[in-house]
Amino acid sequence: MIEFQGIDKTYEIEDRRIEALRDVSLDIRPGEVFGIIGHSGAGKSTLLRMINLIERPSSGRVRVNDRDVTDYRNERLRTLRRETGMIFQHFNLLSSKSVRANVAFPMKLAGGYSRGQIRERVDSLLERVGLAGQADKYPAQLSGGQKQRVGIARALACRPGILLCDEATSALDPQTTQSVLQLLADLNEELGITVVLVTHEMDAIRRICHRVAVMDDGAVVESGDTAEVFLHPRHPTSRRFVFEREHVDEDERRDDFHNVEGRIIKLTLRGEATYTPILGELARETGVDFSILSGRVDHIRNTPYGQLTLSMVGGDVDEALRRLDAEDVHVEVVRR
Amino acid sequence: MSGLMNELLPNVQWWELGSATWDTALMVGGSLLFIVAFGLPLGVLLFLTGKRQPLAQPAVYGVVSFVVNVLRSVPFIILLIVMIPVTVLIVGTSLGVAGVIPPLVAAGTPFFARLVETSLREVDRGVIEAAEAMGATTPQIVFGALLPEALPGIIAGVTVTAITLVSYAAMAGVVGGGGLGDLAIRYGYQRFQTDVMIVTVILLVVLVQLLQMLGDRLVLYFSRR
Repeated sequence: MIEFQGIDKTYEIEDRRIEALRDVSLDIRPGEVFGIIGHSGAGKSTLLRMINLIERPSSGRVRVNDRDVTDYRNERLRTLRRETGMIFQHFNLLSSKSVRANVAFPMKLAGGYSRGQIRERVDSLLERVGLAGQADKYPAQLSGGQKQRVGIARALACRPGILLCDEATSALDPQTTQSVLQLLADLNEELGITVVLVTHEMDAIRRICHRVAVMDDGAVVESGDTAEVFLHPRHPTSRRFVFEREHVDEDERRDDFHNVEGRIIKLTLRGEATYTPILGELARETGVDFSILSGRVDHIRNTPYGQLTLSMVGGDVDEALRRLDAEDVHVEVVRR
Repeated sequence: MSGLMNELLPNVQWWELGSATWDTALMVGGSLLFIVAFGLPLGVLLFLTGKRQPLAQPAVYGVVSFVVNVLRSVPFIILLIVMIPVTVLIVGTSLGVAGVIPPLVAAGTPFFARLVETSLREVDRGVIEAAEAMGATTPQIVFGALLPEALPGIIAGVTVTAITLVSYAAMAGVVGGGGLGDLAIRYGYQRFQTDVMIVTVILLVVLVQLLQMLGDRLVLYFSRR
């Protein structure tokens, strides 16, 4: 659907060369919610803007819907952009126009819609994003969450196949963030629209993304299924994103365990297994005693997961580990 | 009542004052129309060709910007005289209200264009980016996003320009243009008729106040922030 092939981007600012992107290759599948996470300056917003060519690569190719769009200009470029909706951190609504006129704006730009068609489409979009009855207000009269909903309605006006979200929830409070993310997930399911979400919040990725790419200093350092990256992050940057959410520095925590007895293992349970009484059974049947050193139980998209760090003493620990493996639980031995 | 007026203001010829007010209004209003018509596109051109803007053209920007600066640095009274041949070419005379309007337009247009450029720069870059992301053409960005968003600032610019024109128009007497300023200089200053000077100055103050109030009202009306 969207393919980045060896993208480089360098800026020349006052004789200094700045490498914003270095050899980025990614493949975003149709109909998925794809997350790009990175700290500010990692190049994620620049990468996102190459999908609608607001930014152009210094080298490398961008393909959208199996077409190489890298050199698109004028009419073909505008058509590409109309087929791609975009929402922004600061909403970027026209303050001089009403909510209705803001949502109608892309349809007017595109041309070819009658007044009646525009009115009907705007009404149904506002209804869908939960803003029915707010059509005649001006952006200044709305809350941040409402403004972003107008932004979403506007982005969808011309029925795009792709929705680009540039830090779309970063200026919102946690509750509003959650409801806007839910709206994006729902729209993805209802319309089958491909969503590309750029963020620096792991929580946004965890809630709605099917797959994720982690960026650091202009390069993609890790990518894959959200669950995989979230539960077993390999690159230090990914680990930092995953654990900063819990305000845990994992390495520090490991040192804390030096006065804890027994073997230390980390269990990862996914899906239904999360809620089965695996540990109780295990303790009864193998005589192993355990204590929980750290843990988190939550959801990745709609799938529950649990990740526990345990110390095990007494009983038959090897047998316990074998049984866990058989139960499809991911076991990582932290200390023998 | 009129007796008291005559006693306090012995030299004031009310009909002459009326026609001078009318002349000032004509000069300011007439030139303002042309200034907005020429200055608005010029301001948009300055904005669009400026650094990091949609149509960045350093050469075009440099030339236009230089011409604007030159016109703005020539004192109006000198422009008024230097322009006489051009004025005659355009309106057929260098005298009276008609003779003053071309120099007023020449002085006011670059001034207003700069104000337009500034208010366009105040428009949130994100809004322009959003319009670009929707596939807007440059004219669509200008008319659909830039000008509507900058409208309150542009109206404030028209107000400032109109008030500047009132004071420029006071120099119109040099070419026999008439108006309130001319009256104040000829009667009040040169003939020591202090009462005429005071009345004309009061009228000018009222005129400026009215323009400012009208401008502020319009700015408020078009601001949706």
